[in-house]
Amino acid sequence: MTAEGQIDGDRIAELIEAARSAMVAHAEELTALDSAIGDADHGLNMKRGFEALAADAGAISAKPLGEALKAAGMKLVMTVGGASGPLFGTFLMTLGKEIDANSFAGAFAKAVDSVAARGKSERGQKTMLDVLYPLSEALAGGKSPRELADVAAAAAEATVPLKATRGRASFLGDRSIGHMDPGSRSCVILTGVVADWAEGRA
Amino acid sequence: MNASKANVGIVIVSHSPLVAQGAADMVRQMVGDEVPLAWCGGDPAGGLGTSVEAIVGAIEQAWSPSGVAVLVDLGGAETNSEMAIEMIGEPRMDRIRICNAPIVEGAVMAATEASGGSSLEEVVATAEELSPL
Repeated sequence: MTAEGQIDGDRIAELIEAARSAMVAHAEELTALDSAIGDADHGLNMKRGFEALAADAGAISAKPLGEALKAAGMKLVMTVGGASGPLFGTFLMTLGKEIDANSFAGAFAKAVDSVAARGKSERGQKTMLDVLYPLSEALAGGKSPRELADVAAAAAEATVPLKATRGRASFLGDRSIGHMDPGSRSCVILTGVVADWAEGRA
Repeated sequence: MNASKANVGIVIVSHSPLVAQGAADMVRQMVGDEVPLAWCGGDPAGGLGTSVEAIVGAIEQAWSPSGVAVLVDLGGAETNSEMAIEMIGEPRMDRIRICNAPIVEGAVMAATEASGGSSLEEVVATAEELSPL
């Protein structure tokens, strides 16, 4: 997967636009999930961040891939407005930092670890990590983009019966059981975007 | 007064600008101008939330060579404050601490401790005495 290093700017711009479009389309759904167990702002926050990212798509996509990922992550950090900003932003910034020196799967694994460190969280706490770790393992196992999207969807579904022990939902204790984690759902949406894009369907 | 400049600074970061400003008003009433103080609240679009950029700005505003204690309310405020501190970077980031304390009481107690010229460690410890175990 080191060919990632040669992705041209137009393709990066396409991916940013596809991500923006998906986050806009799913904003209400994400906010509804978040209103069940959080503070009802996840969809709006992600929409704002990806709209800001798309507004800078020209400058960002002109950079080499690693730098583009770092700039995209910083843009999310500065514009999302909730904890999702530093979490998704740190993911992209670490991915950008590691992508030239590692395989894509290796860089992805480091990015997931950086999210765990940023959120002081671990697997099994009903957070986005419950999708990112299975995704990371599937990537290391050489799964196709479409298979990765399925892995992500199943992993997010598996957050439904979990009790939240990290993040705002943890305030609810047992009442967090029975709802999908919104951050996990965002990871599924974005994995779907990347899978479609990688297979030329974006 | 130059003396007050050496006191630890206090930064209040809430999801709500009204909460942040109100807590800051209470601090001012307790300690006057003895302590560098700044607050921020609201997301980048003005709704409830926090902004990394605004937090960096508040820390700059309350900066003291003795350090800065940051009081936060909910999770996003903490995560965004940690991000802001990393962006401020070395060497100053070592003298910025997030207090594990309730935002209003913590800010008042931290500022009262800071107004006496206490170290950053003492200021943080005083605020954190308020936290449930």
